[in-house]
Amino acid sequence: MPLRGTIVVDENLCKACELCIEACPQHVIGLNAEIITPRGFHPAHLIQDECTGCGICALVCPEAAITVYREKRGAQG
Amino acid sequence: MVALDIKDMEVVYQHPDSLANVSTHYCPGCTHGIAHRLVAEVIDEMGLAEHTIGVASVGCSAFSYNYFDFDFVQAPHGRAPAMATGVKRCKPDRIVFTYQGDGDMISIGAGEIIAAAGRGENITVIFMNNANYGMTGGQMAPTTLPGMKTTSSPNGRDVEQTGYPILASELLATQEGASFIARRSLHDPKNIRMAKKAIRMAFETQVRGLGFSMVELLSTCPTNWHMTPANAAKWMEEKMIPYFPIGDYKVHPALSELKV
Repeated sequence: MPLRGTIVVDENLCKACELCIEACPQHVIGLNAEIITPRGFHPAHLIQDECTGCGICALVCPEAAITVYREKRGAQG
Repeated sequence: MVALDIKDMEVVYQHPDSLANVSTHYCPGCTHGIAHRLVAEVIDEMGLAEHTIGVASVGCSAFSYNYFDFDFVQAPHGRAPAMATGVKRCKPDRIVFTYQGDGDMISIGAGEIIAAAGRGENITVIFMNNANYGMTGGQMAPTTLPGMKTTSSPNGRDVEQTGYPILASELLATQEGASFIARRSLHDPKNIRMAKKAIRMAFETQVRGLGFSMVELLSTCPTNWHMTPANAAKWMEEKMIPYFPIGDYKVHPALSELKV
């Protein structure tokens, strides 16, 4: 089983450009239609629990809005 | 979805310290943000935040002094290399870089940039090439592709009348004073990583006192190209990169051994 990860999107920075959605190799990022940010965007969020914490979304994010976390190696036992 | 406790996890990526935690004025999907982030990451990795002075230009990049969390000055249109020269000569121990767009650097500022490269000023230039004047509404720039429609070339750029795009990297690589000249693109993760390495090399050039360094970053302008950010990235890969090939145009021999 690959290492698991997760992302936290800063909703004040995200502008819903969808570049992370396009780039995500696991296709687990989507826009959160239930939230509207102060600037009027639906921010990106994780829609499925298959994030591996690869960090490609953060690499393409023009707003540096994504913080990426990954399980420590060996934590799975 | 099973909640993972992020306290037990390692941070793979977070907002760079040198980038202010504010929302930028850039349009959604604009690669200016990626370039800002890469510069901030490189400055942080090299531990230069306390010694760096940036020079902002005119254009969309004019407000970059609001987004970088270190010292910045703002130059008149096209004159950023001249101002950076003054800053660097007064404060030789500081790292000085300019952040310029194509409408600023290679049109009105073409004289300044060529002179700065020719003198071999020990400054770094980050050059954003998005093939139009983004801030004023997408007019034709010296880098606009032949046949490309802009607000001031509605039938496409006519090379008979307005000439061909200027290739800044090739031009500056011919200058004796230039030590590191590279062109990179910001359209996909692989190229973004390559761009970061080039930016690192450019700053390493300055730290070693080898002379003028410039990184040209091909970037998208989704608003003025009338495309979604993802389509703009594809368009750039298909149309811009064949005209503006990615590569290292000049690397000082002292840098060729360097691994970043």
